[in-house]
Amino acid sequence: METAILVEKLKARHPDAVLGSTDRYGTLEIQVDRNSIDRLVETLRADSELSFNMLVDLVSIDYSAYPGWTGDRFGLAYLLKSLALGHRLQLKVAVPEEEPVVPTLSHLFANANWLEREAFDQMGIRFTRHPNLKRLLNHHEFVGHPLRKDYPITRRQWLSANESLMDEMEVRLKEKGYE
Amino acid sequence: MGVETFPVLTTRRDAVIAWGQKNSLWPMPFGTACCAIEFMGVVSSVFDLARFGAELVRFSPRQADLLLVAGTVTFKQAPILKQIYEQMCEPKWVISMGVCASAGGFYNTYCTVQGIDQIIPVDVYISGCPPRPEAILQAVLKLQDKIDNPKAVPPAQFKAKEPSFDY
Ligand code: SF4
Repeated sequence: METAILVEKLKARHPDAVLGSTDRYGTLEIQVDRNSIDRLVETLRADSELSFNMLVDLVSIDYSAYPGWTGDRFGLAYLLKSLALGHRLQLKVAVPEEEPVVPTLSHLFANANWLEREAFDQMGIRFTRHPNLKRLLNHHEFVGHPLRKDYPITRRQWLSANESLMDEMEVRLKEKGYE
Repeated sequence: MGVETFPVLTTRRDAVIAWGQKNSLWPMPFGTACCAIEFMGVVSSVFDLARFGAELVRFSPRQADLLLVAGTVTFKQAPILKQIYEQMCEPKWVISMGVCASAGGFYNTYCTVQGIDQIIPVDVYISGCPPRPEAILQAVLKLQDKIDNPKAVPPAQFKAKEPSFDY
């Protein structure tokens, strides 16, 4: 689909969600309002002419050391792809430092569950209505968010006891039909 | 007098036990990263760790007496390593393979333990990223010397100086 038509279509459906669009090295980038991202992605996924059915990646960015930056401190970039139609799209969301909260996409894409947990763990961005928002890479006794630019890179934190991970296991067992 | 005419050999009990132990080390690889791949090379036919009696790789700490830590150990992994070490029966030895296990390597970051000797005692360190198989063979030989001679002091040129880091 032509990018201009795509943007027009989204603007017609969600007039308050689309804040702008740019061409990022050949990929269409749409700036999206933080609180409407889940509604917008739902449309992108469900509409048969768009059918963005794959969340390729979710990237969180800390702009606090970015030269000349005046916008919000954090940002999220959602990379979407349509397997059927072969087109790609990047959604950009600005996240303020005082309230780093964004609606979850985990009900739309299964992999968003872990991608959002990683963004929460490393950057401290919280996702509302996420089913299991806990640390993914760092251990459960870790304090702080290490990929924030103000976290000293060599501040190390010991873990006193191993996590049992039974809470994750029980969900998997239930999914597979063992109770 | 030859053994044929008088078939008895006198020795010390310690010495004969140490001889048995050093020639039948059962390694347990604690492989967390690329060094573990290199360890596979050492145990397989070209380099053949079996020549030194250490080919029987066990994947249960209760059956092993040599813990070979091969790879990067993160803080999340640290309690697991400690527990595995504690599950091994005495006598037990530890070889720290590669710079990651020995000193954190180039992972001077928030997530990597800067040397497993902060958690468990280490007998032999191997440098390299990853070490050559020959270096691992030499570490096993060094460990055999150490089992033979537990009180031996390393030669002066191998004694560690006070570390001085300047980052
Ligand atoms: S020392 Fe090098 S080869 Fe070994 S685990 Fe570390 S990075 Fe990998």
